Amino acid sequence: MSSRKFSYKALARGLASIAVFLVLWEIGSRSKTWLGADIFTPLRELQGALGFKKTYLPWVGAVPAPTEVLQAWASVIVDPGYWQSWYKSSFRVAAGFIAAMLIGIPFGLSLAVSRTAYGIGFPVFEVLRPIPPLAWVPASIIFWPTQEMSIAFVTFLGAFYTIVINVVGGAKSIDGRYFQAAQSMGSSRADIFMRIILPGTLPSIAVGSAVGMGITWEVVVAAEMISGGGSQVGGTGGGGLGFFIWNSYVGGSYEQIVVGMISIGIAGFISSELLRSLGKYVTPWLRLR
Amino acid sequence: MSETNTLKTTAAPAEITVKGVSKSYGAAHLAREVVRDCSFTIERGKLTVMIGPSGCGKSTLIRLLAGFERPDTGSIKLNGAPVTGPGRDRLVVFQETALFPWMTTYDNIMYGPRARGEVTKDTLDLAEFLLSKVGLQEFRKKYPTQLSGGMQRRAELARAMINNPEIMILDEPFRGLDAMTKELMWEYYSGLFEESGRTNFFVTTDIDEAVFLADRLLIMSNIPAQVRAEIEVDLPRPRRLADMVTSDRANAIKMEALAILHEEAMKSFSRGSKAAADFVEAYTKRGAKV
Repeated sequence: MSSRKFSYKALARGLASIAVFLVLWEIGSRSKTWLGADIFTPLRELQGALGFKKTYLPWVGAVPAPTEVLQAWASVIVDPGYWQSWYKSSFRVAAGFIAAMLIGIPFGLSLAVSRTAYGIGFPVFEVLRPIPPLAWVPASIIFWPTQEMSIAFVTFLGAFYTIVINVVGGAKSIDGRYFQAAQSMGSSRADIFMRIILPGTLPSIAVGSAVGMGITWEVVVAAEMISGGGSQVGGTGGGGLGFFIWNSYVGGSYEQIVVGMISIGIAGFISSELLRSLGKYVTPWLRLR
Repeated sequence: MSETNTLKTTAAPAEITVKGVSKSYGAAHLAREVVRDCSFTIERGKLTVMIGPSGCGKSTLIRLLAGFERPDTGSIKLNGAPVTGPGRDRLVVFQETALFPWMTTYDNIMYGPRARGEVTKDTLDLAEFLLSKVGLQEFRKKYPTQLSGGMQRRAELARAMINNPEIMILDEPFRGLDAMTKELMWEYYSGLFEESGRTNFFVTTDIDEAVFLADRLLIMSNIPAQVRAEIEVDLPRPRRLADMVTSDRANAIKMEALAILHEEAMKSFSRGSKAAADFVEAYTKRGAKV
């Protein structure tokens, strides 16, 4: 992977793409008010005239326009509850993710290094892995004493499997000659672990955690929607961004739904970027070519 | 006090004797014999080159010599004591490169001393000396991917030599280099060998490389590996590429070796080996031209 240079051309292209998207969305949303009907109306009339049942195709008109969303955002941005939602979700993501790293990396490494650990640990792991983290929500609410812990646990599961699978795969794909070279230079087992296996697995750990972080955001939002996100005790903002969206839906504030969605997009983007730069920082041999 | 201004080995050069070694892989009737009743000696302080067709079991022999694997039958002895496992007295330089990608040149070279907790003034001086000897002082902080192919091989040689092994085992170390760099590396490596006086065992498939480097040539059969012939290469040292090209003696040795390799190839060709066909054809064409 060569490090790509910053280019104004690429930046301009990116901004243009977002701008075009927003403009099309705006036009789409407002077309009904402008034209008095959406563009499918004549189509439906034609359908009826030909003796078919009129089918109702969806139209962006049902979605609030970007300018409306922006207005809603401006009003919500001064509301401490909105930021409390950010904080809550980020905290849950961080807690689940860090726990997944702390448990997943040593677990994955031990599976890769020890045949005994692999024999004992891997079958259980492989049976539990296909269970989607969200299927754990009810069980985890019953199991954990607080709702906060049950959400963090489900979030943890989202990242855990990906991290473990990547660590095992990464450690197992280290070239066998490195071990032989290290052995013949008088390396002990501990030394081989610290200076060959650990750095050799780092690139996979970096990839696994970036992917795991993405899943963590998916999971936390859904878990907050299902469980109410502890909003009973934490007030309006106590539920996190997932509950923020759900609450807006229940309250009929469609602009705020989109505000919540975009907020999650931004949060996910920031955390992935952070992890990506951290990953690059700890694996300098991959970027210097 | 410190001896770091010279490459001369401080370890006594070792001798390895291989006697009646066989090695098979796979079980029962599926077993494939890779080495059969193979015997030879790697003489003290000499550069022994083993040459044979690719896939003839040379790499297996190296793993046995290094102690990564055990022979099924026969014995491998280092200075009369049986080899029981890998050890720093026999260092292996692998095909292409096995530098650790996550370490800089300097950290790679210092790997052995650090692993054994031998970071002393002497080893640090030796590391500096080796870095300058292989011309990589400026590249000490670079990662292997930032080095050229030739630099990587030189770093690899330095990483092996700092451990002051009694014998160095090299498994086609210059494979994959372009022709010019390869020739440069021959001069470089034979210079290092001449200075150190260490026992070296070098495995290759390249006849020019073999004749250029060797004190003794071991010519291998096709699989299962056995030593077919031994040739003493009595060319003067230090060896220079220019001298070798014009040397009648070098050419005579090369032709002698090629004739034996051809005989081997013909045997396996007649047994239906596809791999030998290219060699047989090339040899015939070469003969027609002379």
